[in-house]
Amino acid sequence: MDRARGPKKATRNLLAIGRYGMTTTTDTTDVYAEQFFKWARILGRDCPAWLHPVRQAALAQFAERGFPTMRDEDWRHTNVAPVASTEFVPAQAHAAKVTPEQIQQFRLRGDDEAVMVFVNGYFAGHLSDVTTLPEGVRGMNLAEALAVDLPVVKEHFARLVKSQDNAFVALNTAFAQDGAVIDIPPDVVVETPIHLLFVATAEEQPVVAHPRNLIVAGDNSSFRVIEHYVALDQGVYFNNAVTELFTGDNLAGDHCKVIRESDQAYHIATLQMRQGRSNRITSQTICLGGALVRNDINPVLDGEGAESSLDGLYMLDGAQHTDNHLCVEHRSPHTSSRECFRGILDGKSRGVFCGRIIVRPGAQKTDAKQSNMNILLSGQAQIDTKPQLEILADDVKCTHGATIGQIDPDAIFYFRSRGIAEDAARNLLVYAFAREGLSSVQDERLRAQLEEVVLSRLPDGELLRGVV
Amino acid sequence: MISAKQQESPILEVKDLHVAIEGHEILKGIDLQVNAGEVHSIMGPNGSGKSTLAQVLAGRDVYEVTRGEIIYKGKNLLDMAPEERACEGVFLAFQYPVGIPGVSTSYFLKTALNAMRKHRGEKELDAVDFLKIAKEKAKLVKMDERLLNRAINDGFSGGEKKRNEVFQLAVLEPALAILDETDSGLDIDALKIAASGVNCMRSSDRAFIVVTHYQRLLNYIVPDFVHVLVDGLIVKSGDKFLALELEEKGYSWIEQEAQRKQLATC
Repeated sequence: MDRARGPKKATRNLLAIGRYGMTTTTDTTDVYAEQFFKWARILGRDCPAWLHPVRQAALAQFAERGFPTMRDEDWRHTNVAPVASTEFVPAQAHAAKVTPEQIQQFRLRGDDEAVMVFVNGYFAGHLSDVTTLPEGVRGMNLAEALAVDLPVVKEHFARLVKSQDNAFVALNTAFAQDGAVIDIPPDVVVETPIHLLFVATAEEQPVVAHPRNLIVAGDNSSFRVIEHYVALDQGVYFNNAVTELFTGDNLAGDHCKVIRESDQAYHIATLQMRQGRSNRITSQTICLGGALVRNDINPVLDGEGAESSLDGLYMLDGAQHTDNHLCVEHRSPHTSSRECFRGILDGKSRGVFCGRIIVRPGAQKTDAKQSNMNILLSGQAQIDTKPQLEILADDVKCTHGATIGQIDPDAIFYFRSRGIAEDAARNLLVYAFAREGLSSVQDERLRAQLEEVVLSRLPDGELLRGVV
Repeated sequence: MISAKQQESPILEVKDLHVAIEGHEILKGIDLQVNAGEVHSIMGPNGSGKSTLAQVLAGRDVYEVTRGEIIYKGKNLLDMAPEERACEGVFLAFQYPVGIPGVSTSYFLKTALNAMRKHRGEKELDAVDFLKIAKEKAKLVKMDERLLNRAINDGFSGGEKKRNEVFQLAVLEPALAILDETDSGLDIDALKIAASGVNCMRSSDRAFIVVTHYQRLLNYIVPDFVHVLVDGLIVKSGDKFLALELEEKGYSWIEQEAQRKQLATC
């Protein structure tokens, strides 16, 4: 295999970019280019030759556009300057220092759990176990998959996401080292969820990791994947994640993403999914941590009768900023999508919800529903919510609705009239609203963990236990 | 018959009560005394202030009491927060019960009952003991036990919501129960069940105020007193036969009578 030529070529092109492409000095666009320049050799090591042009092209896209600014429509409400101006160093692979005990609290099962653990973006084999996966199902980390040039990676890597559309995707594609590769063959039912646990540890300098996941599910299969981001310590770091989910016909899949990053962390991620015929995907996005979080969730309903059900909950406090950007593309007839995102915002936090629905010509009988409900607990919290419909077919049903408010005073009075004190009533109603948002999380142990996190954020947590 | 002793210790005394909302006066001087063991019915046309009276008794803060007082068991009710009133034994069955997704009826009611028990210095009930009581009371009001596990009033039919209110009344055992148009929206079977639930709760140490637009409910919950509220004033009080008269003749004659009285006082 010819691996040696790639890096050299990358270097040449980069110099060209350095001369003509980069004009901004206000951010670290050039720093990443330099990093790439320095890292090209390392990035190229143990990688198949086909990957280099892909990385190179991605970096060129990134260098040309730089980080998005608030002048970009898609980033109007989210200022990524703190990310762009921080000189993150690439995370180092020293996963071995994390012990099984340290991550026990995040585990969902005992020995029968299919779990892949990543520490600062790098696979931690000693914490992982994929032996419980059914025969034929592959769970491998990306670094290894690239080292052995796994055909499924070559076939699907960077095929769903487009580097020209999103600078962070471009950056990820250029720098991605590790992540999970899950390959589920046709007709296989994976009953237990596959748990991808991304653990962040405090480092001396702010580090950046580019987790890259590829999930490919064949026709008539069934699976559940949990993408779970947690922090062992408080600290500044940047997770720039991309997950590509390629799913075939007539299958049922569930993807649950949980963000429990450190309070100072940056998390920017894209979930790109392709759905085949009569294919039903459910997805949950639960945002509980992170200083600045941005999720791009982009399902493409490619086959007739495909269904997407997207739920989300963001519970923010302090100066947290969380932006959920959904773009559902209906490409085929009789496809349906349902979005329900809930937000609870306290302190000076800020939330953004942008729900774009595109109905392509010919995607008749599309049924799209969107709802975004928000509770503001403080006068300084802020939410921007925006539906965007682009309907290019004539026989479709699209509905959207957004609510922003305080807790219903009628509901509070109802509780008080039954002897429950005002503060307790308020907390109970917030918790009930959050629980509704968690109810779509399929794995009950994960749901229980998340309910605990929500409870711990509310006063009177003890009183609220056992609401069901 | 009401004994002299009961009359000496009224549960509720409303004196010259004036209530406004956003500067608009709705109740214009209500006087009402309710003794233990009695059932009072408040009737009146739409917009007469019936529901306002019920809500003010429960402590709804959108209403402003501009004059007068409410004494409950010898204490100033207007000084108490809604939850305090509830803990002291005031219960309002809502005309429009609020639906609350995410909180089960059983949890809600257990929390309520324990808040009241705590207030009275009694031991709080655990889930098992509570469920025993809840099941027994559900039977009393012929409510499907499964509603206990559903979110409060969420997706309930109109009848289920009202029955849930009567069920809560049965579990919480208040001293003063105010029923705000519990009959509206109920078919006759549901009405009979709700009424029989209330009748089971009638006792010498408990009083009821039954607010209703129609006389129909009073066939099943027979009141000791009927008061007619017109334009924020009780214009006529009588016994259960007054309700029958209203059913027969409607409210217009009484409204005219009230107008004549008003003119005479001018």
